[in-house]
Amino acid sequence: MASVSLHSVSKSFGTHAVIQGVELQIDDGEFVVFVGPSGCGKSTLLRIVAGLVAPTDGVVAIGGDDVTDVPASRRGVAFVFQSYALYPHMSVARNIGFALETLGMAKEAVSQKVLSVARMLKVDHLMDRRPRELSGGQRQRVAIGRALVRQPEIFLFDEPLSNLDSDLRMEMRLEIARLHNDLKTTMIYVTHDQSEAMTLADRIVVLNHGRIEQVGTPQQLYHAPDNRFVAGFIGSPRMNFMGVSSQATAGRIVGAGNLSLALASSDLENPITEIGIRPEGLRLVAEGDGRMVCILERIEDLGHEHFGYCRISDDTVWVIRLPEAPSPDRIGKPVGLDFADAAVFAFAGDGRRIALAGLQKMAAEAPLP
Amino acid sequence: MSARLARRDHRDAWLFLLPVIAVILLVAVWPLARTFFFSFTDAYLDEPSVYSMVGFDNFIEILQDRSWWIAVKNTLIFAAISVAIETVLGLAIALLLNSAIPGRGLARAAILVPWAIPVVVATKMWEWMLNDQFGVINKVLSGLGLVDHGIAWTASSSLIMGVVIFVDVWMTTPFMVLLILAGLQLISPEIFEAADVDGIPAWKRFWSITLPMLRPAIGVAVLFRVLDALRMFDLAYVLAASNENVMTVSIYARDRLISFQELGVGSAASTWVFLLVAFVAIIIIGVLRLDKAAGT
Repeated sequence: MASVSLHSVSKSFGTHAVIQGVELQIDDGEFVVFVGPSGCGKSTLLRIVAGLVAPTDGVVAIGGDDVTDVPASRRGVAFVFQSYALYPHMSVARNIGFALETLGMAKEAVSQKVLSVARMLKVDHLMDRRPRELSGGQRQRVAIGRALVRQPEIFLFDEPLSNLDSDLRMEMRLEIARLHNDLKTTMIYVTHDQSEAMTLADRIVVLNHGRIEQVGTPQQLYHAPDNRFVAGFIGSPRMNFMGVSSQATAGRIVGAGNLSLALASSDLENPITEIGIRPEGLRLVAEGDGRMVCILERIEDLGHEHFGYCRISDDTVWVIRLPEAPSPDRIGKPVGLDFADAAVFAFAGDGRRIALAGLQKMAAEAPLP
Repeated sequence: MSARLARRDHRDAWLFLLPVIAVILLVAVWPLARTFFFSFTDAYLDEPSVYSMVGFDNFIEILQDRSWWIAVKNTLIFAAISVAIETVLGLAIALLLNSAIPGRGLARAAILVPWAIPVVVATKMWEWMLNDQFGVINKVLSGLGLVDHGIAWTASSSLIMGVVIFVDVWMTTPFMVLLILAGLQLISPEIFEAADVDGIPAWKRFWSITLPMLRPAIGVAVLFRVLDALRMFDLAYVLAASNENVMTVSIYARDRLISFQELGVGSAASTWVFLLVAFVAIIIIGVLRLDKAAGT
């Protein structure tokens, strides 16, 4: 087990900067998830930790030791690839035991360890099969077994579940969480799927364009995103946004759908240009009630929950999470939208979130920092 | 699909295949069949229409000819040694080219040059460079003080086989490189990264991962090259005509057929060459299990 720290790590391919000045401290035993849209540099960052990619600049330390110039094989890390990267010509047993074999470990000891790992991952009945004879989920288990058998200090997962169908993804997600619970080994996990990040992580690192947008627990990212990017990325369905104009002198912000919010105080330097409300922060009310008006265009019924699509202006449609399906004859008609003050996130022109202590009536009840 | 629909599909397929089948019958099957037929006759090339059937006499005559067996020995030695060297060299160069070295694109293009030069041109070129009096190679060697008089590379009976193998290696290693490189590039780089993280040492990575995964590519390359080498004609013929030290089975067959005008015996020799090549091909496919390896 070991901690990981990255100090002003950068990586460029030619003139293209993939990672820009990343500072990150990961504690011993922590489960950290790197999340971000494709091309944000999350996989590259993981490969830098593994030693598969050399950073252009900066220091990588594992367990307090500078390992920037240490080859991957001596960093005490194990890597699980999205493509599994199993050796296609070797049996499951040999795939798992290959690294031990090269360490000069006795045959008996190797097969014993391989067997115990295979049992743990429920692939012990497949020992003589070749990777091509396995299903995707079984291949992923073998790949995890190959990592597990070496008892690494740090587990690195690069989108390990992306090639699996959704049922299997849920199942493997649980297994990986259980694995972390049992082993208490430091794990770094890369995914583009924010729900995977939310469910697995102790802490999430949100990356965008090679920079860290925010580091925090899933709750912090959900309830107190630092900026518009994190607010939009975490949460499903994503947060509803709308451009607003600040009438700072009048102490209010106004927008489409008859939105008009009074501000207690206002910062003239950083006017609010956009607000966001999560689908679960909105309530559907009768026309004339609530704080906004819109046209209910469509309802999606998922059985246990329902999503309403409300047109607020020509180019803005908001999603509302509804506990119960509204009567179908409300579709196409104007409805009211209501929300608590605490549900409103406000953003400045540069994307930073502005803490809404200034929104009237909410100063006392707001759980926001 | 209904049975009728399937039948119509089959009929259409045959229709499309018909032109190709006709061409193959005309340019491959017919000449082969003629050769096979003539090998049972005593015909001569100046008047092929006059002949009588002689059964297996021609085949037996060739097996009793000392020259034939020398040609067989030469051919097998040439094929085995040149293909072995080309495989090892081709693998080494392909591994080099596959690693991300600067100027790799240029190197890849440059290595193809010998393969692009016609055999006759390349052979003549080397013949001149190896010339005992005017050749640049002897010039360099004597300049370095390694020899006091020029070596007759292509005239010496003990050296000429070496020269033939050398020129063949020079010409066809690029082909090996290309086929093996294509195989290498099919292997996912993540497999090597996995080995890297797992701390597999370089030699073990080569023996246990690279080589087994390259087996189908190397197998196909070796098969192609061996078949090519077994029917080699041009290189040895341009360099040494019918010199017995490098006479291959193809040259032997040509000599009987053209030089001696023996259409019957020459055809029988050609048939033996065909059988020899087919026999070796079957053995290689069997040993390398190419038919099965294709799926991995």
